[in-house]
Amino acid sequence: MYPANFNYVRAGSVAEALSLIESEEDAKFLAGGHSLIPTMKLRLAEPSTLVDIGRIEDLRGISYGSGDEPDCIGSLTSHATIATSQLPCALVEAARGIGDPQVRNRGTIGGNIAHADPASDLPTVLTALEATIRVAGPEGTRNIEAGDFFTGLFETGLKDNELITVISVPREESGAGSAYAKLFNPASRYAVVGASAVVTLDAGKIVRARVAVGGLTATAVRCGAVEAALEGNSSSADAIKEASSQVAADVVDDILEDVHASAEYRLGIIPVFVARAVQSACSRAA
Amino acid sequence: MEGRRSMGVNVTMNINGKAHSVDTEPRMLLVDFIREKIGLTGTNIGCDTTQCGACTVHMDGMAVKSCTVLAVQADGSDVATIEGLATDGVLHPMQQAFWDEHGLQCGYCTPGMIMAATKLVEGNPDISDEEIRHGLEGNICRCTGYQNIVKAVKVAAQAA
Amino acid sequence: MSRFVGKSFKRVEDPRFLQGQGSYVANLQRPGMAYVAILRSPHAHARIVGIDASAAEALDGVIAVYKGQDLIDGGVGPLPCGWVVPELKIPERWPIVPDCVRHVGDGVAVVVADSPYVAEDALELIEVDYEPLPVSLGARATTEYRATQIHDGIPNNTAYTWALGDEQAMRKAFAEAAHVVELDLINQRLIPNAMEPRACMAEWDAAMEEMTVWTTSQNPHPIRLLLSAFTLGIPENKLRVISPDVGGGFGSKIFHYPEEVVVPWVARAIQRPAKWVSTRSEAFMTDSQGRDHVTNVKMAMQRDGVITGLHVQTWADQGAYLSTFAPLIPTALSITLFSGLYKIPGIWGEMKGTLTNTVPVDAYRGAGRPEASYLLERIVELGAKKMGMDPIAFRRLNLIPAEEFPYQTPVAFQYDSGNYQGLFDKLEELSDYGQLRAEQQVQRAAGKLWGVGVSGCIEASGPAPSAVAGSLGSAVGLWESGTVRVHPSGKVTALTGSHAHGQGHETTFAQVVAEELNIEIEDVEIIHGDTGRIPFGMGTYGSRSAAVGGSALVRSAERVREKMIKIAAHQMESRPEDVYFDDETRTIRVQGATDEGMTFGAVAMAAYTAHDLPPDIEPGLDETAFFDPSNFTFPNSAHLAVVSIDRETGEITLEKYVGVDDVGKVINPLIVDGQLVGGVAQGVGQALWEHGIYGEDGQLLTGSMLDYAMPRADRFPTIQTGRIETPSPTNPLGVKGAGEMGTIAGTVTVANAVMDALAPLGVDHVEMPFTSEKIWQTIQSHSDS
Repeated sequence: MYPANFNYVRAGSVAEALSLIESEEDAKFLAGGHSLIPTMKLRLAEPSTLVDIGRIEDLRGISYGSGDEPDCIGSLTSHATIATSQLPCALVEAARGIGDPQVRNRGTIGGNIAHADPASDLPTVLTALEATIRVAGPEGTRNIEAGDFFTGLFETGLKDNELITVISVPREESGAGSAYAKLFNPASRYAVVGASAVVTLDAGKIVRARVAVGGLTATAVRCGAVEAALEGNSSSADAIKEASSQVAADVVDDILEDVHASAEYRLGIIPVFVARAVQSACSRAA
Repeated sequence: MEGRRSMGVNVTMNINGKAHSVDTEPRMLLVDFIREKIGLTGTNIGCDTTQCGACTVHMDGMAVKSCTVLAVQADGSDVATIEGLATDGVLHPMQQAFWDEHGLQCGYCTPGMIMAATKLVEGNPDISDEEIRHGLEGNICRCTGYQNIVKAVKVAAQAA
Repeated sequence: MSRFVGKSFKRVEDPRFLQGQGSYVANLQRPGMAYVAILRSPHAHARIVGIDASAAEALDGVIAVYKGQDLIDGGVGPLPCGWVVPELKIPERWPIVPDCVRHVGDGVAVVVADSPYVAEDALELIEVDYEPLPVSLGARATTEYRATQIHDGIPNNTAYTWALGDEQAMRKAFAEAAHVVELDLINQRLIPNAMEPRACMAEWDAAMEEMTVWTTSQNPHPIRLLLSAFTLGIPENKLRVISPDVGGGFGSKIFHYPEEVVVPWVARAIQRPAKWVSTRSEAFMTDSQGRDHVTNVKMAMQRDGVITGLHVQTWADQGAYLSTFAPLIPTALSITLFSGLYKIPGIWGEMKGTLTNTVPVDAYRGAGRPEASYLLERIVELGAKKMGMDPIAFRRLNLIPAEEFPYQTPVAFQYDSGNYQGLFDKLEELSDYGQLRAEQQVQRAAGKLWGVGVSGCIEASGPAPSAVAGSLGSAVGLWESGTVRVHPSGKVTALTGSHAHGQGHETTFAQVVAEELNIEIEDVEIIHGDTGRIPFGMGTYGSRSAAVGGSALVRSAERVREKMIKIAAHQMESRPEDVYFDDETRTIRVQGATDEGMTFGAVAMAAYTAHDLPPDIEPGLDETAFFDPSNFTFPNSAHLAVVSIDRETGEITLEKYVGVDDVGKVINPLIVDGQLVGGVAQGVGQALWEHGIYGEDGQLLTGSMLDYAMPRADRFPTIQTGRIETPSPTNPLGVKGAGEMGTIAGTVTVANAVMDALAPLGVDHVEMPFTSEKIWQTIQSHSDS
């Protein structure tokens, strides 16, 4: 399994990367390569040119915000770095469960979300966290809300000539907690289904809830019905379970089916993972 | 694809402490670079989908799957392979523990397993069985059922 | 008092593997070597209308492109089937198909290029015009009236039917039965996935007209024979087959594969060395696969639970062609084991070997015996349930008593030895069985799905003797060769026809030879896997190496020893009957004499200098034996597993596993335990995760490790092992074989545990693998129970 031939250029800066992607025909950005290279080895992708952004140091690392400023994660930050960071627990938990140690060492958050695999963990978590994805393009930078970023199966709002630079994640407010729970695909370690929750507790009541699920449809889905059922209610196990069952109202159409899980199974177990994520987020918030 | 010939690139790499400078196609995978260009065949290839971990090497101090890294991505890097682990004919404690605990049968996954394990135990001499089992989730062995590998890693963690 | 046999020694082969110095075929290079890549059919069944390779041929770096007819015109013959049951219909199987592809992965063209990267580029440039045909799938469905016929002359896609046992006794048992239990079950398709993908390299010496082939084989001599007599036509004495370090086989590297024909043919055609290395993706669509039986089983019992009859009907999916030993697996390696550990007077087994548009199926670790154990131990479990008996108590009621060996079953085999009650005694003790059942009560009271499963399995290892194998369909003998060559300095090279690909023969066999010759392990080197260096050998499969290959080395070492005694006696002016090998001093001495005797090396040197040998003794010390055992050996086991099930998601956790095995005498406990534990993990893999799933169009839906779930480290508890030893009387070592029992028992033990966990819901049977979804669906559909 070898990739088809391509031209290789290395970008030293974001500006250079953007200029190279414009000037080269049929070019693609290469970050850690852990989504792109496997696809190229199977010759499912045969770009003419790879613009290697892997050495743009500005894009690597986490800068923690203070006060109302969000935490900013450079797009080249590896899953391993996130897995051992002080970022919100949901993100740390999700990063820890991506692939395996070697994959986490090379795979990057930017590459992961640009690939937009429906079975990927990070889109679900970023959606729940209400993260913002900053992208740079020829006309400057723009921000895309995570909830709008993922547009379809392996599709994003990113244009071919745009580059993800920063993923900014709101800091957890006091009394808040977050979590991610997933059913591992026993072969690939991807999520069969995954759920992420961010909650704020006040005196045993859930005053704010953000919930998203992944693996069920083409993109991660924000769960308004679950959130509404959680907010203003008790964080007891029964209340959480009851609210989590509302997820059926949030994901209705075009449920994925594959050799690993039927739509029925995905729909059947997602309330369990929503409840587990909410429960765990609540215990962290307390 | 037809007739598409990309320009060769020069790749410089320090492999097991020895500097190499080699012209290669940019599409060459790090594992093929190590095996075919440098001639170190200890790093094996067991799958095409970044699952099995047989090709695990250290790149700038991190365990990576060399089947999913382009050689050009490792340009300028320090790479360590199984061949560089023993020093002056003395086995690395991880190699020794795999030997002592019968942590290998056919030997094919062994180089990658050992390279992953040496990183796993770094700074963690009291690593638990569970941590080892989770830490080796990127390395597949068909022969041993992992049991003696877990034993070996535990012994080596304490020896290191 | 044995110095080596029965003791754990670290493996002598390990240093090279630990340091990345294993000589796997993919690592080998020859000067000027070309790389071979093979274009694979994307269709499960299609006629090849035309192939346009001109663009590929024009690509820079491409040496040649060959089609199926080019190879046929160049003298290549079809791949043979080496196990011929009565009235077998063998479909024609070409290494590269000229006209019609019959499974996804069938080879349609060969590219030879200067680099593997270019070879793969060229594959993309070959245009094949296919006319897709309807596909036929399913071991049983493929035999139905409307099914597409895959090969001319093989009606109903049925290659053979086979039956064994005592049909009358079976009918009588069912007629008189107080209780009958019945089960339909599927033993699903598995993909072996040895970690080293297959590879082949060849070099043609035009001056000598000699071909050397390096291949990832478990049995280089049979491959040489097949290459010579059937597929390539190069005389055996001009053909050398080397199977160097091989990274696991599990049966999948026994068989003669198309690439073993293609690569040497290419090397001769282009007059350059050539190499092909399988990718994992290719392995999924070309390595022979395992199991895939569809079975109906019925068991008859008396009022008291004594089993009296067993009737089994199985459809065995053999894939698109008959792989080298395919018909053996469901027949003589499966039905023959239907008696299990039990006294069952009326057994009748019927088998149909059928063809489908899938990758060929052949031996995979256990090979027929896991299928037998699975159906038997599942129906026995249902029998116990029907009788309201504890599963161990029910088995104990039906076990063959230790004093009845040798025991003749109604399905051909005569079991040599065993202590089956003893197995369960040890299992109950090791697992604290009573306590486990008490804990289960507590778990169930708390609403948990928590199950304990047991099994008692039998295996037939070391297929033998050759005459019987021949009568059952074997085209080859099933003996083994061994040579012990003592060099003048006293160092020993031992040659074995067995082949190690993870089993540690270089250590175990050195222990055996060192023991026999009273020398050190370091003084013995074991050579295997090279037809240029060893006598004809049959190779390694069926857990046969210690019992057959080890015994051949014992026989040849005994001959060396006898000769050395004669030489030493002559030199020390004594009688041979007074000369002995002294364990303590490692010398060869005369009984009662006070002198130091002769060292091993001194006697060896005397044999070669030949200055003063007894009159009837030839110079040299080099003995070869061909050991053809009088019977199979019969390893047996009692295993136990504990599982818990997450009611909400259907996820299963394997909480505990205990295996007690009787593999006869043990040469190296460290290695034997490694085999058993590794085998169990593979068996558990079948129960919980592994499944080769074909879509309706014949596409393999689990065609990579992203979709085919391989067992991983974090899914296992520590597997506990225990042993009892009843030596086999049919070989000088008393060994029975340890390579497959773990796998045979592991699958059904976990299956029984899962069914036990689900029992409170009223569940009797679920098909493997027990994926989270399948268990969740089962829980849903039984949620009102």
